[in-house]
Amino acid sequence: MARAFTPKVVTANDLISGDVIYLATDGSWVRDLAAAHLLTDEGDANARLFEAETQPHIAVGAYLADAAAGDNGPAPTHFREDFRAKGPSNYAHGKQEAVRHV
Amino acid sequence: MYDYSDFDESFVRARVDQFRHQVERRISGALTEDEFKPLRLMNGLYLQLHAYMLRVAIPYGSVNPHQMRQLAMIADRWDKGYGHFTTRQNVQYNWPKLTDVPDMLDALADVQMHAIQTSGNTIRNVTADHFAGAAADEIEDPRPTAELLRQWSTDHPEFQFLPRKFKLAVTGSAADRAVTKAHDVGIRIVRNAEGEVGYQVLVGGGLGRTPIVGQVLADFLPREDLLPYVEAVVSVYNTLGRRDNKYKARIKITSLENGLDTLREKVEARFAQLKPLFSGIDQELFRHIQSTFTRPAFKTADDAPFHAAYDTDPVFRSWVDTNVDAHREADYRIVTISIKKHGQTPGDATSDQMRLIADLAERYGHDDIRISHEQNVILPHVHVADLPALYAALKPAGLGTANAGLISDIIACPGMDYCALATARAIPVAQEIATRFDELKLEHEIGPLKIKISGCINACGHHHLGHIGILGLDRAGVENYQITLGGDGGPDTVIGTRAGPGFAYDAIVPAVERLVMAYLELREDASETFLEAYRRLGDAPFKAALYPESKANAA
Ligand code: SF4
Repeated sequence: MARAFTPKVVTANDLISGDVIYLATDGSWVRDLAAAHLLTDEGDANARLFEAETQPHIAVGAYLADAAAGDNGPAPTHFREDFRAKGPSNYAHGKQEAVRHV
Repeated sequence: MYDYSDFDESFVRARVDQFRHQVERRISGALTEDEFKPLRLMNGLYLQLHAYMLRVAIPYGSVNPHQMRQLAMIADRWDKGYGHFTTRQNVQYNWPKLTDVPDMLDALADVQMHAIQTSGNTIRNVTADHFAGAAADEIEDPRPTAELLRQWSTDHPEFQFLPRKFKLAVTGSAADRAVTKAHDVGIRIVRNAEGEVGYQVLVGGGLGRTPIVGQVLADFLPREDLLPYVEAVVSVYNTLGRRDNKYKARIKITSLENGLDTLREKVEARFAQLKPLFSGIDQELFRHIQSTFTRPAFKTADDAPFHAAYDTDPVFRSWVDTNVDAHREADYRIVTISIKKHGQTPGDATSDQMRLIADLAERYGHDDIRISHEQNVILPHVHVADLPALYAALKPAGLGTANAGLISDIIACPGMDYCALATARAIPVAQEIATRFDELKLEHEIGPLKIKISGCINACGHHHLGHIGILGLDRAGVENYQITLGGDGGPDTVIGTRAGPGFAYDAIVPAVERLVMAYLELREDASETFLEAYRRLGDAPFKAALYPESKANAA
């Protein structure tokens, strides 16, 4: 039996900086998970993933990551996606220093 | 130290140039990611969790002050002002931009460094004893042998697409600080009954999913047989090793599945073919390499200042007792500079720290710096008289922590803070254990204790070899930490045994604390180390400390 579809976001790494990026509703790439497009329909999710895969000059290794609707937008459901969204725990590097650029 | 020949120089420059064009073609769209990925990996460039990571080789862990300053410059100019030293004597930059990497590689080439074969299914950076050339117990300096192997393996046309990565380590001393038994091929410089110096070759060691201790493939090889023999080993592995399953592709599995005797027969048959092809040029090269590893011009000096400081300053004394080892010269010492101040990320050094280490190596260390697989920095040649001044310079820079070999001298891989393969974090666990035992002020009381942490089954943090090993896993979507006990990375190499069910992230540090407190209760006296107590008592009392509930339930 097919598993019920759970909400997803399209995520990848930016080709130049390597930073974690997400596909937003308007088709742009954003660095903040909360600004990503939360996909609740499997067909939509696959279509948007395909859209991401046609942009190899921006996005590397695009995939669908589980996410849930949070107060401010999509939120991670697994700790790996939580760390990807936040950056490393030992220094305030990566997203923690780049919040203002979002 | 070995200096690049014109050949080495032009080879490295040509590779940088090729890579610059490959990056351009990736960005223009002429290369797909699938095409580009193997090319970037050949140049040590990974795409990790949050960014690219550039892994730079430090052959046999030897680096000079000039190179160290360049590593610092690169960290400042193109990264975030620090570098991470790894268990394979490499240095990693965690934040390079793709477009900057060719410039970084050029800057490395300026000081005879590179990132070639730090990734991919090739022969990786050749590691060696970090006390090489200084250790009191050494038969011979292993670095010339390691350099010979480095030159032979670099861009070796037959070995660019092996079934899997291939790691070599060389030691010149029986104490084996290079952990040769945990490598695909381990090479030990030994003396035979006639007193001749030659090589013992071990094969099939490795950690990861299936940890195996290396076995002796050849007990004694005359010096001139080494390269043809190692070439025979890699050549047999190249054809025999499995390519259908990457978890069964390392030579340890080839050896297990075919049997050590069969492997030896095939290696000897191949060796018989290869040996006549080695005309002796390799031996000329070896002698040339050996001549470049000259002994430093050791000095004589009055050691009274040392004794004065040692007798009156307990903080200095503690550092000397913990971080300073005997040298082959009576008046010299080997200094371990801890880059694991309590609460810091194990193995990270800032660019300022790198520059200071370079300056101090020039002032007090005969221009020689080593990176140890335990993620510390070594000054191998320091005169006793210079120890007080050296310590005084290290301490304010956060480099004077007296913890070498103690509970806070933890090996930890990058784990899920950086590594794309990780199943859990390793760094914060190391930071919290170190901070906790520093608060308890028990570190020196506990004595020698090696904790090693990996963020996944690949075991880059050598957790199987920790007296206490910690493996971070993903159990049903939460971080979970398994403890192994009784591992030992010494000359005999023992794989630790799993203690039982894992611990949640917030329960792992208290679990380690219970374990160590139990040891303090159980030991015969302060001279019995954790590992000795574990060997004497078995794991029952330690398990009881780890799992007090199950003991209560069983009672
Ligand atoms: S052990 Fe796993 S998590 Fe740690 S560095 Fe190696 S691959 Fe990454």
